[in-house]
Amino acid sequence: MRNQPHETIEDVRSDAIEKHHISLTINGTSYNLEVEPWTSVLDLLREHLNLTGTKKGCDHGQCGACTILLEGKRINSCLTLAIMHDGAEITTIEGLANNDGLHPVQQAFIEHDAFQCGYCTPGQICSTIGLIHEGKAKTLDDIRDLMSGNICRCGAYNNIVKVVQEALENHKNQTP
Amino acid sequence: MRPFSYSRAEDIDTAVNEVTAHEDARFIAGGTNLLDLMKIDVIHPQHLVDITHIAHDTIENTEDGGLRLGALVTNADTAYHPEVEKRYPLLAHAILAGASPQLRNKATDGGNLLQRTRCYYFYDKTTACNKREPGSGCAAIDGYNRLHAIFGASEHCIATHPSDMCVALAALDARVQVTGPDGSRTIPFEDFHRLPGDTPEKDTNLREDEIITSVDLPPKGFADHYTYIKNRDRASYAFALVSVAATLEIEDNVIKDARIALGGVAHKPWRNKEAESLLIDKPADRDGFQAVAAAIVKEAKSFRYNEFKIELARRSIVRALMEASQTYQ
Repeated sequence: MRNQPHETIEDVRSDAIEKHHISLTINGTSYNLEVEPWTSVLDLLREHLNLTGTKKGCDHGQCGACTILLEGKRINSCLTLAIMHDGAEITTIEGLANNDGLHPVQQAFIEHDAFQCGYCTPGQICSTIGLIHEGKAKTLDDIRDLMSGNICRCGAYNNIVKVVQEALENHKNQTP
Repeated sequence: MRPFSYSRAEDIDTAVNEVTAHEDARFIAGGTNLLDLMKIDVIHPQHLVDITHIAHDTIENTEDGGLRLGALVTNADTAYHPEVEKRYPLLAHAILAGASPQLRNKATDGGNLLQRTRCYYFYDKTTACNKREPGSGCAAIDGYNRLHAIFGASEHCIATHPSDMCVALAALDARVQVTGPDGSRTIPFEDFHRLPGDTPEKDTNLREDEIITSVDLPPKGFADHYTYIKNRDRASYAFALVSVAATLEIEDNVIKDARIALGGVAHKPWRNKEAESLLIDKPADRDGFQAVAAAIVKEAKSFRYNEFKIELARRSIVRALMEASQTYQ
């Protein structure tokens, strides 16, 4: 029966539900979109806009692979609805590099070899940038605690902590 | 996720009307717990009313000298608010002991109160759970019940409330302001969450058409003598096995006021005011703290896999009071 898609309860129920219009600015580009109410920001990015840099790990807010910056703050894009963010500004991993090259945090992940398989890395990088903006991490323990929403199954934590530490120091030196 | 319809409320009256007008409707704010539960089909509302635009998103001083936390302020903005850090450091510490930075940036204060248990059987639709499906039974009572309650459980449910923030709010005697079709009312924090009894599907005494507008903190913040201890299976980003919020008011080494709230041990943040009163007008010392801890855990009842929680609770209470009796800056 695999090749004969059958009508599910979801299909019947969704037919009656209207899509909603929203505008989003993603990585500096404006989008006018029609979304179904149940589309998460993560699914919107990956399935509708082909911005597949943001990863789907657990889809339940436990792994942090889907971390993006919403109005500059790090959030789990899997646990938030696109429809609730009309007018919002989103930055994903695709929006960090510019014509001068990689974002310093991206470069630091390469230099410190802070990944193995790389699946968690976009989320780790967005989370690191969010952490720097929050300005609350002072010690290595703080870094470990405040990065605990990002799981790395390869266990590259030691080098990830080094990246965050270096990024914090660079940020401090740039903004006395 | 099952499909649902959506509307956005711009003010509180519209929000309450919308949720009443639609069949099987829910409010959504941060959504971090609601959407998680909808994805696994534990709850499946047909309509969501977005309340993130109805104001109630600020932290303000109250006339009585306390602090009002708007229901839509995020957990992160609450924990890092200068007035909370300065006057209610217990609350800041407790919030930061919970969830992850990403979740705290989205989750709201009102939503924190309304989050559901993390009992694995509540999440597993193939098992019996009176909270998920009233009358189906409780798979946890004879199952793997390591995370479960040691206080106030019933034969119908032994789930625990998962919040850290609420443990601090219980110790601080916060008040919950709510609004519904019949007007506004104030619910003392200890009456907000309920014990399971024979209706474990009801976590709180909030009515379905009511909405939390703020959580109000009384003037007394215990900024000098407080601690929040959270015992869990890893150092960060895990739910509490046993947590303790302890606050003391001490004059000349004599205790004038004492609060002890426990998390991860009951269907609601657990307090025993009778035991707390044992400390009043007594010196702040280990003997007194041990007597209180013994009085609190005397009521505990464990299940097959969570007996360790009783001793953990006893020792954590003593340690929390010892730490709280030291002066914090």
